[in-house]
Amino acid sequence: MKAAVVVFPGSNCDRDCKVAVERSTGASVHMVWHAETALPPGLDLIVLPGGFSYGDYLRCGAMAALSPVMAEVRKAAERGVAVIGICNGFQVLCESGLLPGALLRNAALKYVCKPVDLDIVRPDTRFTRAFGSRRRAVMTVGNGEGAFFADADTLTRIEAEGQVVFRYADNPNGSLGDIAGLINTGGNVLGLMPHPDRSFEAELGSADGALLFQSLLETA
Amino acid sequence: MRVRVHVFLKPGVLDVQGKAVENALHGLGWSGVSDVRVGKTVEFDLAGPDPAAAEGEVRRMCETLLANTVIEGYRIEVA
Repeated sequence: MKAAVVVFPGSNCDRDCKVAVERSTGASVHMVWHAETALPPGLDLIVLPGGFSYGDYLRCGAMAALSPVMAEVRKAAERGVAVIGICNGFQVLCESGLLPGALLRNAALKYVCKPVDLDIVRPDTRFTRAFGSRRRAVMTVGNGEGAFFADADTLTRIEAEGQVVFRYADNPNGSLGDIAGLINTGGNVLGLMPHPDRSFEAELGSADGALLFQSLLETA
Repeated sequence: MRVRVHVFLKPGVLDVQGKAVENALHGLGWSGVSDVRVGKTVEFDLAGPDPAAAEGEVRRMCETLLANTVIEGYRIEVA
């Protein structure tokens, strides 16, 4: 498997993502700077990492979504390459329109940083098949603006299309529909606020994040 | 010309920052305050002679970058 992690100015989970993907899957992982106008050829996976791209200025993910490399990420997504946006990466995917909705400030006005229980709503996606018959996963969240929002019509459509992949068992941030992770209708772009890259080895409290990355080995 | 863009969360989108400010104002005794919304203003100089054309251009800036129309509305002033 061949993967790339996009590095925006202000990303701070980019190296975590590299290590997580390497150790979970054995993939070779390329680091791609946001100003690049081409991606390495033959990628199976592109990861948009967590952090504070462009200092979270204006809106989280807003300027990252318009950076040069995102035009290439969009093209790769259209070709069916798997794309995962984690935390700030999820915000970038929403800002870029690759996923519906937006992430708002947490309802309780607090930065939330803790392991959370997730219901695996869609165990049949290319990102979740390695969970097998399990319907519960544990991953760590770390966000201040992680409350998923979409207008009522969009939310109805998201649910009708089966785009919710993960829900919080105990909603930590006020996300509508308890939505923690969302997939596009094409089934190849996943955004989630919890960090699989902080939950990929038992020593980190949970190894469930590794299963997410390992799920992609089947389609790589 | 000078351009001012005001960006606010749309009505119906929970503005927790506004809520926090409202609670603080209530705590200070301003009990008549309600429906506080906290937005932002982006100001800049824009080259060009025609305010009407400028407004169209600024609208495109808003739709592209300055506002996320999923959650935000905007108001443009050109002076």
